[in-house]
Amino acid sequence: MAKRIDVSGLSAFYGTHKAIDDISMTVEPRSVTAFIGPSGCGKSTFLRTLNRMHEVTPGGRVEGKVLLDDENLYGTGVDPVAVRRTVGMVFQRPNPFPTMSIFDNVAAGLRLNGRYKKSELTEIVEKSLQGANLWNEVKDRLNKPGSGLSGGQQQRLCIARAIAVEPQVLLMDEPCSALDPISTLAIEDLIGELKERFTIVIVTHNMQQAARVSDRTAFFNLAAVGQPGKLIEIDDTDRIFSNPSVQATEDYISGRFG
Amino acid sequence: MASTTPTQIDQAPPVTSSGRSTGRAGDKIFAGLSKGSGILLLVIMASIAGFLTYRASIALSKNEGNFLTTFDWNASANPPVFGIAVLLFGTVVSSIIAMAIAVPIAVGIALFISHYAPRKLAAPIAYVVDLLAAVPSIIYGIWGALFLVPQLNGLNLWLDEYLGWTYVFDKTQVGVARSLFTVGILLAIMILPIVTSVSREVFLQVPRMNEEAALALGATRWEVIRMSVLPFGRSGVISASMLGLGRALGETMAVATVLSPSFLINGHILDPGGGTFAQNIAAKFDEANEFGRDALIASGLVLFLLTLLVNGAARLIIARRKDFSGANA
Ligand SMILES: Nc1ncnc2c1ncn2[C@@H]1O[C@H](COP(=O)(O)OP(=O)(O)OP(=O)(O)O)[C@@H](O)[C@H]1O
Ligand SMILES: [Mg+2]
Repeated sequence: MAKRIDVSGLSAFYGTHKAIDDISMTVEPRSVTAFIGPSGCGKSTFLRTLNRMHEVTPGGRVEGKVLLDDENLYGTGVDPVAVRRTVGMVFQRPNPFPTMSIFDNVAAGLRLNGRYKKSELTEIVEKSLQGANLWNEVKDRLNKPGSGLSGGQQQRLCIARAIAVEPQVLLMDEPCSALDPISTLAIEDLIGELKERFTIVIVTHNMQQAARVSDRTAFFNLAAVGQPGKLIEIDDTDRIFSNPSVQATEDYISGRFG
Repeated sequence: MASTTPTQIDQAPPVTSSGRSTGRAGDKIFAGLSKGSGILLLVIMASIAGFLTYRASIALSKNEGNFLTTFDWNASANPPVFGIAVLLFGTVVSSIIAMAIAVPIAVGIALFISHYAPRKLAAPIAYVVDLLAAVPSIIYGIWGALFLVPQLNGLNLWLDEYLGWTYVFDKTQVGVARSLFTVGILLAIMILPIVTSVSREVFLQVPRMNEEAALALGATRWEVIRMSVLPFGRSGVISASMLGLGRALGETMAVATVLSPSFLINGHILDPGGGTFAQNIAAKFDEANEFGRDALIASGLVLFLLTLLVNGAARLIIARRKDFSGANA
């Protein structure tokens, strides 16, 4: 059920501050697109405009269009709640519902979407946990609180929670930045499997990670502090890392930045 | 102290500089002070408890009635006859009514302030609620007796007519509403501010990322509250309710002003009459002889135990689901 994302002329604001300016790009279905760029250039902000999470920040405002296949997420009459049910999100810090068990965490999104029989729930929860490579570690403790897991396990729990509702797009904002190298590898492998079913967009500060997991890479930059961030270029990951067409990209990737 | 600090920075290794020894002496003084005040607190508590228990035991040893089951309070008579049944009933019933009304409303207001109201509206509402907490209880009592009681007549008749079949809301006596029900409503109004402000604080502390987790799954505002805010705030709301309940159980002046007391247990809560521990002590203390006061002290001890019991139960409820409390997130 993966869908194509088509962004055109998108700007986002915090109050009067413009955080990103006039971004246009296309993300193909069943691919992984990595966002890279210096801190503060608006990667997270842009990512959050793709599931209408930006506007929950007080003062948050968006101009422009985001088409999911052919539907504009910012069209009149589009319910942001419905958008977020189609476009899932994984955050930088693992955030399982602390008051819920592991099972209930994974089932949380399903319970929002409608009524399921207990047996259906059990089946989907197991499938999602397997999809997130967490099943073997938690199958004997599904009724224990999700906050009792390790950081890496919690992040995979959050991925299981996000994929349980079968979203069409999965957004990940630095999903590994709080994790050790082994958990990071586990999640990178997982991203490789998930892209068979979902359109994935991942923000990362780790160049190797971008090179390892993504098909396409987008480089963002900002002219100066206080200026809005811009999309500098987006291209096949191989090209971005071997022969980018913009000098700034090469400087950033090779560490000659700033 | 202020003058020694810079010198200490200049003298490279402070071997036995005066700064260090003051630091140690400071530690000692502080440790002694905190230990001392801790002990002092315990001594005060113990002496209060000892005094109350001693006086209560005098009263109980002479009581010709049954302290737990007698429906009467003639402690100054000879022989003395008194029992707390009516007071226990009245205290518990009026507090239950107060909690049943106040807690849902308080949680609603707190959620409105913390999650629904626009900022411009939230701050003034919060301020007014906090202001209500500062009104002295005798003012509530006067307002209750002169304004609330006549206003409630209509509600009482309505409840009697439509819910009279439940027994509880059957009004069997005519007359003004100086009943346990009215007391409950008044207490509800009185504890509303404290329950509201504590709950509001807790709801405001829900980590942003917990709420975003629900939002990103496609939760509506109410679903965010159900999935993230209420579970996180649960123990806080219980503590807030306990604060309110403590006030409701012990409230004296307002109850004494509104209730028309009688030594009967009447399940029809709209009928006038009944009594509470605190109200009974306030009403009888002045005219009681020494022995009568001992008897009142004995009833006060029971109120004290009741409060302890309620607090203990609340702690138990909170501890039972500690793993899931969100405190370890
Ligand atoms: N809640 C907010 N309120 C106001 N301004 C914000 C807010 N969040 C971010 N900004 C501003 O928007 C700009 C883009 O921030 P954003 O978090 O999107 O950057 P980023 O590329 O994700 O950075 P990082 O790599 O450090 O995560 C920054 O100038 C930041 O100061
Ligand atoms: Mg970011």
